Amino acid sequence: LAAKSTSAGQTRLAAGRKTRLAAGGEARLMDVAWFVVLSAFIFCIGAAGVMTRRSPLVVLLCLELMLNAGNLALIAFARMVGNQEGQIFALIVMVVAACEVVIGLGVIVAMYRRRLPIDVDEMAELRG
Amino acid sequence: MTATSWGWLVLAFPLAGTLIVALGWRVWPGRVPGWIGSAAILGSFGSAVAMLLALLDRPEESRVLVDSAYTYASTGGFDAGMAILVDPLSVFMCLVVSGVSFLIHVYSVAYMDSDRGYTRFFAYLNFFVFSMLLLVLAANFVVLIVGWAFVGAASYLLISFWYRRATATAAGIKAFVINVVGDVGLVIGAFLIFDATNALDFAAVFERTPEVFGSNDGQLVAACLLLLVGAFAKSAQLPLHTWLPDAMEGPTPVSALIHAATMVTAGVYLIARMHPLFEQAPAAADISAVIGTATLFVAASIALVVTDLKRVIAYSTMSQIGYMILGVSVFAYGAGLFHLMTHAFFKALLFMGAGSVIAAMANEQSLDRMGGFRKAMPFTYVTFTVGALALAGFPLMSGFFSKDEILAFTLNRGGWFVVLAIVGYLTAFMTAFYAFRMVFRVFHGEPSPEARELEGGHLAHGDPVNPSTGEPEDTDVGFPGPEHHIAEHESSMKAAMGPLALLAIVAGFLQVPGVTDVLEGFLEPTFAGSHHVHDHPSDSAEQLGLLLGAALSISGIGLAALLYLRRPGTTGRLQERFAGVHSLLANRWYFDELYALTVVRPFAAAGRLGRTVIESAFVQGVLVDGTVGLVRAGSSFARSIQTGELRAYAALLLAGVSGLLLYFLIVAS
Repeated sequence: LAAKSTSAGQTRLAAGRKTRLAAGGEARLMDVAWFVVLSAFIFCIGAAGVMTRRSPLVVLLCLELMLNAGNLALIAFARMVGNQEGQIFALIVMVVAACEVVIGLGVIVAMYRRRLPIDVDEMAELRG
Repeated sequence: MTATSWGWLVLAFPLAGTLIVALGWRVWPGRVPGWIGSAAILGSFGSAVAMLLALLDRPEESRVLVDSAYTYASTGGFDAGMAILVDPLSVFMCLVVSGVSFLIHVYSVAYMDSDRGYTRFFAYLNFFVFSMLLLVLAANFVVLIVGWAFVGAASYLLISFWYRRATATAAGIKAFVINVVGDVGLVIGAFLIFDATNALDFAAVFERTPEVFGSNDGQLVAACLLLLVGAFAKSAQLPLHTWLPDAMEGPTPVSALIHAATMVTAGVYLIARMHPLFEQAPAAADISAVIGTATLFVAASIALVVTDLKRVIAYSTMSQIGYMILGVSVFAYGAGLFHLMTHAFFKALLFMGAGSVIAAMANEQSLDRMGGFRKAMPFTYVTFTVGALALAGFPLMSGFFSKDEILAFTLNRGGWFVVLAIVGYLTAFMTAFYAFRMVFRVFHGEPSPEARELEGGHLAHGDPVNPSTGEPEDTDVGFPGPEHHIAEHESSMKAAMGPLALLAIVAGFLQVPGVTDVLEGFLEPTFAGSHHVHDHPSDSAEQLGLLLGAALSISGIGLAALLYLRRPGTTGRLQERFAGVHSLLANRWYFDELYALTVVRPFAAAGRLGRTVIESAFVQGVLVDGTVGLVRAGSSFARSIQTGELRAYAALLLAGVSGLLLYFLIVAS
């Protein structure tokens, strides 16, 4: 199924950009699978970081990696399908990521200020 | 005003008295609550007299009136109204109950004076009188049952009046439990009658009884026997009598009120009221007559040996009620109710005299320690002796005429009823003996230290103890008060005992065979439908009976005089000689032991089983602890998930999402 839709998208993309591509010579479209694989790698790196690292700052960075892996996949698929919705979604994700970073960094700065241990394992107030 | 309006007033006065006394318990000073309570009962008595006059104004055929205040319930043939029945029987009962109760209230005003529960006492006492009047005025089974249950509750409250005395609370519980057994019998009996006649109003029930039931119809006999269970429990007849002697734990005026004038006569009233049913079921009436006779004999035999003054009078009450039950069960309603009235007078008087003596003995009740009060307490001596003479059936006293009328009716029935009458006459002899055993042991003989002290003008005061166990007590609320009150020092006690003594002498002249017939003539309209109204013994037979009664009474008194005055000490030898008989009687024919063996212990064992197996093991162990354990296990699992570790949450989240994704992948492919 994936292969079929990919090929269908390719032909439509090809049709839409015929003129520009014709001017730029033989520009082969990269297969969307590469983007997805890259995105998956980045996502896994991010997830592994979230789960293994104890510094909240690094955890935030890794979260950012995971979000951006998602963005990459969104844009790749948007290109494949040929409409703008995926890109708009990616923009919204960035906004959310920015907000999240603001809050996350704010929390971390507050923790520095109060001289609390900067370690996510130490912050276990929700233990039942 | 009509007779029924006065009937409502009869009920309203004691109810208002209860509320006024009870609600003002903080406010009323000194003896005020006692006087308020007495005034309420006096109002009730006045209304009863007015009711009597209004009833006498009417022609004899229309002297049965019913008035309903409102309909309590009306559904599918079940019509119960808050209705009163005013007829000669209920007027008669109202007069006796309110009249004697009024005198008992007046007596209590002084007698209970130093008790810390003074206000509470009069609130209970008024409530009791209200309940009793409701019972006798009821026009249908519902109101009757309500009054019946109220009386039981009020007697419980009054018997356990000294609620910090363990023996008193136990006696109250015993009385209440046995009374509830009777209540159950009454309720089921009323239901059986309702089931067949489809009516609750007495008038309608009695009208339909001959149509619905044949003579000795099985259901009717069962219903009457169940009514008898109720009557026997209230009237302390065999085998439901054991509560009455224990009820002597209550204050003496309570003994006078409950165990003389009112509550215990409710059973007699019930049988008289239900006479159309019992006449249709003579088998039940015969059983009732036999039980009444058995009770009068057994109780009198116990009264011969009991040494507690109040308990002697209590057993004598049982015995006299046995006479009344015998009377109304052989369809001699006038005679039974006549004895009810005279007994109310002389028995209340005896209890009041006993209260005075017990107060002089500093709450000691044992006959063994009393003696020689004749000089120290002349007023009590005279009135108590009058009461004892009436109880003994001494010629021309009230008990003389009433008791012998019952026995004359019984003899007149012929057949095996002659045996009952012979037992009755034998018991009359025993009655005379034990009545004067009390008089001679209390007032004659060597004066006790308390009597000597009183002769010196000083009332004995011992340390407060429980008279039945000798346990030390204090005199605070829940115990008897610190001061004692005797008739010689208190005018209100004298004012109560004087009229009763007078009545105990003269009340018998209402019904002198061949001369007067006031009471039976008055009660005629109530019993007009009775088939036995003309089974009257001839005047000469009754007069012969009176002669026999007089002979038995005088010889009984003579024997008591011989044993206790002329040759004191003989009784001790008799006791040794007939040790078996004495221990049988002193142990009250082992009724309490029998109940302990057959009822109390099995119930206690069942209770223990219920507590250990059902309650502890099943309810507590399985149901309660099981539920707790289940919730605890579930919540400890839920808690173990909540580690509070961020990274663990992240891992879980990831695992979940991955799992979901994997699932959809597999499903999709």
